[in-house]
Amino acid sequence: MGLIEDRFRKNTVTDLADFGINWSRKMSLWPMTFGLACCAIEMMATGASHHDLDRFGIVFRASPRQSDVMVVAGTLTKKMAPILRKVYDQMPEPRWVIAMGSCASSGGIFNTYSVVQGVDTIVPVDVYVPGCAPRPESLMYGFIKLQEKIEKDTIAKKA
Amino acid sequence: MSDSKIQNLYDQRKLSPFLDDDDEIAPGEKHLHKEMIINMGPQHPSTHGVLRLVLELDGETITEVHPHIGYLHRGIEKLAENRNYAQVMPLTDRLDYVSSMTNNLGYAVAVEKLMDLKLPPRANYIRMIMAEMSRICSHLLFLGCHALDIGAMTVFLYCFREREYLIDLFELICGARLTVTYIKIGGVRRDINQEFIDKLYKFTEEFEAHIEEYDTLIRENRIWLERTVGIGVIPPDVAISYGLSGPTLRGSGVNYDIRKAEPYCAYDEIDFEVPLGKNCDTYDRYRCRVEEMRQSNRIIRQCLDKLPKGSIQTENPKVVLPQKDMVMRDIEHLIHQFYLVIKGFSIPKGEVYSATEAPKGELGFYIVSNGTNMPHRVKVRAPSFVNLEVLPYMSRGHLLADIIACIGTLDIVLGECDR
Amino acid sequence: MTQEEIVKKIEENFEEQITGVYYFAGQGNVSVKAKKILDICKFLRDEPGLEFDYLADLAGADYPDRPYEEGRFEVVYNLYSTKRNHRIRIKVGLPEDNPVVESVVGLWVTADWHEREAFDLYGIKFNNHPNLKRILMPDDYQWHPLRKEFPVQGY
Repeated sequence: MGLIEDRFRKNTVTDLADFGINWSRKMSLWPMTFGLACCAIEMMATGASHHDLDRFGIVFRASPRQSDVMVVAGTLTKKMAPILRKVYDQMPEPRWVIAMGSCASSGGIFNTYSVVQGVDTIVPVDVYVPGCAPRPESLMYGFIKLQEKIEKDTIAKKA
Repeated sequence: MSDSKIQNLYDQRKLSPFLDDDDEIAPGEKHLHKEMIINMGPQHPSTHGVLRLVLELDGETITEVHPHIGYLHRGIEKLAENRNYAQVMPLTDRLDYVSSMTNNLGYAVAVEKLMDLKLPPRANYIRMIMAEMSRICSHLLFLGCHALDIGAMTVFLYCFREREYLIDLFELICGARLTVTYIKIGGVRRDINQEFIDKLYKFTEEFEAHIEEYDTLIRENRIWLERTVGIGVIPPDVAISYGLSGPTLRGSGVNYDIRKAEPYCAYDEIDFEVPLGKNCDTYDRYRCRVEEMRQSNRIIRQCLDKLPKGSIQTENPKVVLPQKDMVMRDIEHLIHQFYLVIKGFSIPKGEVYSATEAPKGELGFYIVSNGTNMPHRVKVRAPSFVNLEVLPYMSRGHLLADIIACIGTLDIVLGECDR
Repeated sequence: MTQEEIVKKIEENFEEQITGVYYFAGQGNVSVKAKKILDICKFLRDEPGLEFDYLADLAGADYPDRPYEEGRFEVVYNLYSTKRNHRIRIKVGLPEDNPVVESVVGLWVTADWHEREAFDLYGIKFNNHPNLKRILMPDDYQWHPLRKEFPVQGY
């Protein structure tokens, strides 16, 4: 997408292209599981059959090279932070980050010497899903909000 | 190196002595091990959390495993020294987050032993019901994730279906699915109602059939047997020296269950069996856990049948919050409410070590009190921390794919391993 | 065996090593000096009648307000016997300037990681430990977090 992005002003053709590109991106988000702590169990429960994530086109991929979105689920410690950054850097663009749970959003109840107070100090976050642990419906709402954010994306020149 | 020396090296490190045919070792030539060091990094598709393993491999055979933990160390013990006794309870939820009721129960039993507090029988029975439901939740997750790691993916979805039912019941009584904080020091937070009891009865009736349904998928499956029988053998004396506990120890034939040895709550009034293994391998540990689920089902049934009436918390007004309507009417209850919420109760100087049977093993709390409202030291003896130590021993000599089975059979949760 | 009987057996054999005995909540605590801890633990493990073959927990603790002779740091051994079903607690006080004690890895293999954790969080050193490295904190961490003067939020 590097050749056509950010070259043309906004017109009908870019709108049509946006519609197609954003639709295909948002309807098949492939997350990379970064399940760290308790929220990982709720993420697994969201992926299981009762609250199905597969119907959104979400297929969990283990490798960062094959994924679009990284769901940071759980507490990030200072020992783990370099690994989070390394894995984020390995993801190809376009990439998004969902911070799931209170610990990923802001450190949660653990304001201690070894916990990073919010994943957004390490990687840029697009959607924050609060809760401890957030319900599967909350995580699904987070994914839907991310889809709405992707919809607003454009390949035309941004003003 | 001479032949006898190489043989000694292999014997010492319990390698399977594979040597390629074109690998001639001339006398006097240094033996090149062809060893590879692989990092199974903290982020990996296995479902057990942030565990890092550095493996030394000779071809496909494992010669040494070095586990590295600490990627989820949140400082719970340090935090506990700065909170009063009731505020430490939500921290214990996040230890073994798969079965949070049992952690709450372990901490509550420890503090009540420290304060010498007696509970009414209804509180004990409700606690037992919750603990056994948590045990079923934890073993279901073990079964699902162990099978998923080895390759049997259907079992994962079935197990999560049962978990959803139980977690819905947790949500019915206390509002939270995973990190419940339902058991408090002095009793439980809210009483259970008839809807909960009816739904739980229905669950216990159907659960036996459900276990059969997914146990049949793997119990006599040829691939499952090949991947689990004879893998990860831990003899009983080694298991005791390594301090193992829970189904990991009972799979090696050692009959040590804290619910029978040092009963807490009301476990001495309930009739249940403790399954033991014979061959000390992965398959026996899996059978132990499935049988424990059946026994937990039986315990829940008996508790529901025998559930006594009465209050759900102890009578001591200096420990539990008073009834809300009394707070509005009486000055003494108002003072107690105010004092308990703002400061919390104090415990005189002393220390206690109390162990309860969590689904993963012996969950111990060593609490030292210093006369104030905050504990001086809370040490969590986490079963996963101790069980993980045996991983190098049990995986030496196996192939690389077997280490996944070995991790799965230990049933570790990094939240309590790292605290 | 009851807690009093176990304590009496220890007192018979190691009279001069014991610095204090007290009972709380039905559990016995025996404080001993650090010099002969290995002999005491071996006695507890091998003596017929005691047979403490299971080291349930090895914890460190920090008491900065205690007088110097009692020792600022403490290593607590919670022992259990699977054959006899009884427990005992042994406590060893260590001075602040040089908290060193013998490692009991040779007696109970499980002490390995517990001692690494006590070293990591308190700075208590164990002699003859096969691999005394940090286990929970990163390898280059400079402080010992669970000491009382270390703030909760760290540096």
